[in-house]
Amino acid sequence: MSLLADKTSRPAAPHADSAAAFAPEQSRAERTRSYAVADFPLPTGREEEWRFTPVDRLRALFRDEPTGRCLDWQESLPAGVTITGMSVADWQASGAAAPADRAAVVAAAHSGGVGVLDIPAEACPTEPVKVTLVGDSGDLVHGHLLIRAGHHAKATVVLGHRGRAAYSEVLTVVAGDGADLTVVTLQEWDDTSIHLGQHDVVVGRDASVKHIAVTLGGAVVRLNTNASYAGPGGTFEGYGVYFADAGQHLEHRLFVDHEAPHCRSNVEYKGALQGDGAHTVWVGDVLIRAAAEGTQTYELNRNLLLTDGARADSVPNLEIETGEIAGAGHASATGRFDDEQLFYLQARGIPEAEARRLVVRGFFASVVSRIGVPEVIGHLMAAIDEELGAV
Amino acid sequence: MSTLEIRDLHVSITTDEVDKEILRGVDLTIRSGETHAIMGPNGSGKSTLAYSIAGHPKYTVTSGSVTLDGEDVLAMSVDERARAGLFLAMQYPIEVPGITVSNFLRTAKTAVDGEAPKLRTWVKEVKEAMGNLRMDPAFAERGVNEGFSGGEKKRHEILQLELLKPRFAILDETDSGLDVDALRIVSEGVNRAQETTGMGVLLITHYTRILRYIRPQFVHVFVDGAIAEQGGPELADQLEDEGYDRFVTAGV
Ligand SMILES: Nc1ncnc2c1ncn2[C@@H]1O[C@H](COP(=O)(O)OP(=O)(O)O)[C@@H](O)[C@H]1O
Ligand SMILES: [Mg+2]
Repeated sequence: MSLLADKTSRPAAPHADSAAAFAPEQSRAERTRSYAVADFPLPTGREEEWRFTPVDRLRALFRDEPTGRCLDWQESLPAGVTITGMSVADWQASGAAAPADRAAVVAAAHSGGVGVLDIPAEACPTEPVKVTLVGDSGDLVHGHLLIRAGHHAKATVVLGHRGRAAYSEVLTVVAGDGADLTVVTLQEWDDTSIHLGQHDVVVGRDASVKHIAVTLGGAVVRLNTNASYAGPGGTFEGYGVYFADAGQHLEHRLFVDHEAPHCRSNVEYKGALQGDGAHTVWVGDVLIRAAAEGTQTYELNRNLLLTDGARADSVPNLEIETGEIAGAGHASATGRFDDEQLFYLQARGIPEAEARRLVVRGFFASVVSRIGVPEVIGHLMAAIDEELGAV
Repeated sequence: MSTLEIRDLHVSITTDEVDKEILRGVDLTIRSGETHAIMGPNGSGKSTLAYSIAGHPKYTVTSGSVTLDGEDVLAMSVDERARAGLFLAMQYPIEVPGITVSNFLRTAKTAVDGEAPKLRTWVKEVKEAMGNLRMDPAFAERGVNEGFSGGEKKRHEILQLELLKPRFAILDETDSGLDVDALRIVSEGVNRAQETTGMGVLLITHYTRILRYIRPQFVHVFVDGAIAEQGGPELADQLEDEGYDRFVTAGV
C-alpha cells in the first residue's frame, strides 16, 4: 500500500504546483518489462506513459522491423577503455534491464548488436570518454549501447547526438561496486530529428552514478531514464537541462526504483521554453519499496516560460512502501520569466538582452553547478546564450 | 554640476484595464550635492515617483517631463537611465537567483562605466565597500538578494550605490525595516557616497528618524500624488511633532 506523497514531502516552493503531486493509480512496479515486442501493443497516446507524447509522429519508431541503418560514430577513448560488441541474444541472457515500452523493445530487438563500452575495474582515466553519434540522412536507426564501469572505476562518459536522424535507442549503464561514473547525454540534433531513448542505470553497491541529460535540439526527444540499485549504499544523481523552442517537444521521464536499503537519489531538471508550441514534459517517478529502508531521495523540476504559447508539463510521483526512510521529497514549479528581475538588472545599467541572459543563466545555475564536467558546462552555457540570442 | 528636473509629472497605473492617476503634477528640481527629503503617508505615491524616474514599465507617464541636464530621461530605456547616472535604491529589492553578487556588481559596473573595471582595484574596492557596510564577504558569492533579510537587502542597495557612483540617487524608504545600527551604517554609506561623488540625493521616507543621519537641505511633503508643502529641515521637525494629519485632511 502506498502512502500519499505529500506526507513525507519537504515543503514545496511557494508557487509549486501541488495538484501535480499524487501517487499514481497503478504502481510503477507494475509496468511491463519484456524483451518481446509482442508484449507491447502499439501506443495510442492514451496510455499513462504516452499521454503527453505526440505518438502520431513516432509511428515509424514503433514498427517491428529492422532498418539496417546506423549513425556515424566518432569516438575518443582514453587508454584502457574499449568498445566491443555483444549479440542481442547474449545481452538478453545477461539478465540486463529489459525494455519498458514499445519504442525501446523495438530498438533493442533490431539494434543488430549491442555496442559495449568497458571501463576496466579501478581505472580512473583523467580525460572523459567521448562518443558522438551523428546522423546525416534523417533515416530511422535503432541502437543499443552498454556502458560498463568495473568496480571502483571512476570515469566520465560524454555521449553526443547531432545531425538528422530518427534515432531509437537503448542505453544500459552498469556501474560496478564502488564505481563513480558520470554519463552525460547531449541532444543537439537538428530541429527535424526524432530521438527516443530508454536509459537504464544500474548502480552497484556503494557506487555513485551521475546521469546528465542536456537536450537542446530535435523535433521530438523523449528520454526515459530508469535507475535501480544492485546493492546497498548506492547513489544516483539525475540532472537535466533542456531548452525548447517553437514546435519542439522535449520529454524527460525518470524512474528511480529504490529496492536496496541505504541508497540515495537526487534528481534535478530545469528547462526553459520559448516560442509557439514549445512543449516540455518532465515526469519523475520514485518508488521506495518495502525493503529500501534508510532511503534518501529528492526530486525537483523547474520550468521557465520565456514567452507565451509554450507549455511545460511537470509531474512528480512519489510512492513509499516503508516508513523507515531517511527522507523523501519533491518540488515542481513552472513560472513565467520575471519582468521585475529584468527591471532590477536594467536599473543597474545592464542592457536588456544581457539582463535576460543573466536571469536565464541564473535560473539554470543550480543544476549546472551540479553537473561538474567543465567542458560540458562551458558548452552548455554557450548553447543557452545562443538559444536566447534567437528570441 | 548636474540638474535633475521634474516638471508637472502625471503618472497613471493600469490595473484590471482601469487607468488610475497616481501622480498629479509633480515639480521638483535637484542639483548635484543637494539632498531633498520627500516625506509622505503610505499610498501617497512616493514609490510611484521613484519608479517613474527609473522607468519601470508598470507606470505610464501621461504628461510632464523628467530631464537630466536637459536630456529627456523619459525617452530613455531603463538601462540607459542608469547609465546616464540615475540610481534607484528600491524599497523592496528584487531577488535574482543564481547570479552571484560579485558577478552582478562587476557586470553592472562594466555597463555603467562602458568598460570593465581593473580586476585588482575592483576586488579591493568591493571588499572595502562591503566592510564599511558590515557585510560578510560571503555575500559576494550568494545569489543577488537571494534569501537576504530585509536589512541585508538594503545594505546591498547602498553597496551598489557606493560602487556605481551615480549622479543622482533616489532612495525609496531605504530606512524602513532597519534597526538603529543598520540605519546608521546605511546612512553613513549614503553620506560617504555623496562626499566622494557629489551626487544629488532624493531621500524618500515615511519617518523622520533617518534625517538625523542624512541631513536634507530641502523637505517636501508629498500627499495624494503631489507636493503639498516644501521647506527646509524645520519642516521635518514639524512633521515629527504633528504627523501628516494636517496635510491629509487639507487634501480631502
Ligand atoms: N502596482 C500597483 N498596482 C496597483 N496599485 C498600485 C500599484 N502601485 C501603486 N499603486 C497604488 O498607487 C498609490 C501610490 O502607491 P505608492 O507609490 O506605492 O505609494 P507610497 O510609496 O507613497 O506608499 C497607492 O494607492 C497604491 O495602492
Ligand atoms: Mg513606497
